[in-house]
Amino acid sequence: MFEIVAVKKLNPTVTEMEINAPLVAKKAQAGQFVIVRAAKEGERIPLTVADYDREKGTVKIIFQIVGATTYLLNRLKEGDRLADFVGPLGNPTHTEGLKKVAVVGGGVGCAIAYPVAKKLHEQGATVHTVAGFRNKDLVILEDEFKKVSDKYVLVSDDGTAGKKGLVTDALKELIESGEQYDEVIAIGPVIMMKFVCALTKQYGIKTVVSMNPVMIDGTGMCGGCRLTVGGRVKFACVDGPDFDGHQVDFDEAMSRGGNYKEWERHKYEETCNLFKKESL
Amino acid sequence: MPNMSLKKNAMPSQNAAERSKNFREVALGYTEELAVSEAERCLHCKNMPCVKGCPVMVDIPGFIAKIKERDFEGAYNVISATSSLPAVCGRVCPQETQCEKYCVRGIKGEPVGIGRLERFAADYHNEHGAAAPERPVQNGINVAVIGSGPAGLTCAGDLARLGYDVTVFEALHLAGGVLSYGIPEFRLPKAIVNKEIETLKDLGVKIETDMVIGKVLSIEELVKEYGFKAVFIGTGAGLPKFMNIPGETLNGVFSANEFLTRINLMKAYKEDADTPIQRGKNVVVVGGGNVAMDAARCARRLGAQVTVVYRRTLKELPARAEEVEHAMEEGIEFKFLTNPVKINGDNNRRVSSITCLKMRLSEPDASGRARPVPVEGSEFDITADVVIMALGTSPNPLIKDTTEGLEVNGHGGIITDENGKTSVTAVYAGGDAVTGAATVILAMGAGKTAAAAIDRYIKGQAN
Repeated sequence: MFEIVAVKKLNPTVTEMEINAPLVAKKAQAGQFVIVRAAKEGERIPLTVADYDREKGTVKIIFQIVGATTYLLNRLKEGDRLADFVGPLGNPTHTEGLKKVAVVGGGVGCAIAYPVAKKLHEQGATVHTVAGFRNKDLVILEDEFKKVSDKYVLVSDDGTAGKKGLVTDALKELIESGEQYDEVIAIGPVIMMKFVCALTKQYGIKTVVSMNPVMIDGTGMCGGCRLTVGGRVKFACVDGPDFDGHQVDFDEAMSRGGNYKEWERHKYEETCNLFKKESL
Repeated sequence: MPNMSLKKNAMPSQNAAERSKNFREVALGYTEELAVSEAERCLHCKNMPCVKGCPVMVDIPGFIAKIKERDFEGAYNVISATSSLPAVCGRVCPQETQCEKYCVRGIKGEPVGIGRLERFAADYHNEHGAAAPERPVQNGINVAVIGSGPAGLTCAGDLARLGYDVTVFEALHLAGGVLSYGIPEFRLPKAIVNKEIETLKDLGVKIETDMVIGKVLSIEELVKEYGFKAVFIGTGAGLPKFMNIPGETLNGVFSANEFLTRINLMKAYKEDADTPIQRGKNVVVVGGGNVAMDAARCARRLGAQVTVVYRRTLKELPARAEEVEHAMEEGIEFKFLTNPVKINGDNNRRVSSITCLKMRLSEPDASGRARPVPVEGSEFDITADVVIMALGTSPNPLIKDTTEGLEVNGHGGIITDENGKTSVTAVYAGGDAVTGAATVILAMGAGKTAAAAIDRYIKGQAN
């Protein structure tokens, strides 16, 4: 069983957990993911590896409370155990040969972008990070990013943190100011990745995105994570999760990501109500 | 005096109207009386043609004789001497093309209901809580089995009986492979699967779940760092095939693997499950194998009107006749000589219909089956909100990609000799990972052969 060794609330809806999982920690690399079940009989959800410590044998995950499973996960405390923690799955982010990269993170996507920025920094690349959030209460990993970035630009929708604006505004500004990137790596909501790619396409900058669709097994078995890349169907779990952003059909990915939205909302409310009743 | 009835004793079953609304087991099993009277139909032929039809060579006349004597536990012992999964085989083996096909009684009339009797003996044993099997004397030699489906469990069971210290590595959170994620509850109750797995654990087999070999650990690590003297790969054929027609990524299109995994492994058919399933009104299942039948019958039980489309005719349908019959009784419609060409969606990218072509049969193709060719201008639409693709599966490349020197064929199947030996020393393989999607019992046969070969290999090393 996988013991939770540390829990840290990064903001009101985003939590970081450090899990004791020596075998996963031994092999995990930036860009890979794990499948987690919070409890027996629970749902299997994919979460990207946020960090790992090979010596301690621990892996960090960062998740946003969006549905019943993440709600239940968020109720777990230090010392509790996860039913399942499988990984590392998927392919690591390719960073070989990159000398100067703009890493763009949106919301909880910053949790996935951080290990990539860190890896790039460790290999000696110049890293410019653009991190975007809705408002100042939702900002995560600011200090961590600053440590591994040569430039860190914070933006928020309402201007309460950093500059007011979208990540695309900040990225455009950097590019327009003459920064030349080998690659842009964008990780965040699908709609954000779509617009980052639309922007970078104009400038002809290769852009890699990390897709996080619905999946069950994470090993190529269910095909629930299908997406269209360059006109061909790919499985995010085994072919990705990173893809050439200029080839991804984002509209389709957005639609597929929303397939269970109504059900999830219902289940989430049901689960919340259950715990509210219990605590009365 | 044998029972000379030309017909098998009928299997008591839930009636079609009732069962098409629940996930409980369809076939209810023989009573003691029905079993004994069916056993009396066996002529105990000296040359035992039935045994030759069994991939794991169960002593069929031997166990039937025990049932006849009402020594039901004795019957179970005869079966379990060669089969690791009697209660499973009694339910899902295609007996009509194996043991029962060669039964002398089948020449004039119906063969002896060997599968039904096997199930009876296994269920009797499970219900009457006989003592756990005696643990064999352990030889302390570690063998790794990758995959806990029929091939892996059989291989593990046989090796454990020979005294090996066997660890089974399973990628999912639950052991059983296709028995757990693929075959539905109403055909193979999960309590039965668990019971068979518990029996193996009693023999000393260890099962490690959440272990995706090729990702978490490689075969090389298992051998070099963890001290496994031999490895058996029984990872099945888990990758779903799609048709590559327009509209396959619309919401509402599923692989049969995904649909069945949500239902069987994740229990999405239960109201309180955490995993969602899309309950369609009009479900179209594409394909004609047992998996297509399972998907169709699950969709039916979730309340849908279900249509199976298949490009050949009823005669060529690869699913077991019994499954097709059950599906038809449950109100599932079949459209034969029909092949989808595209799936249509609404403005929200949800499936709204599927466009098909009528087919006609032409000369036989490479597989020996009549080749279906499209009838020009015969396009028509079937209304659908869920489309399930049950077109077969191929082996997962995870292990191949991470094992140096492991040779595979053009379909991704691991290449082995007749004993399951692969191109890598001390590494054996069997089941769907080698053959591509086939049956539970063939996988069990391969697991059995490989277990014997692994035993010979290890003993040969020691000498």
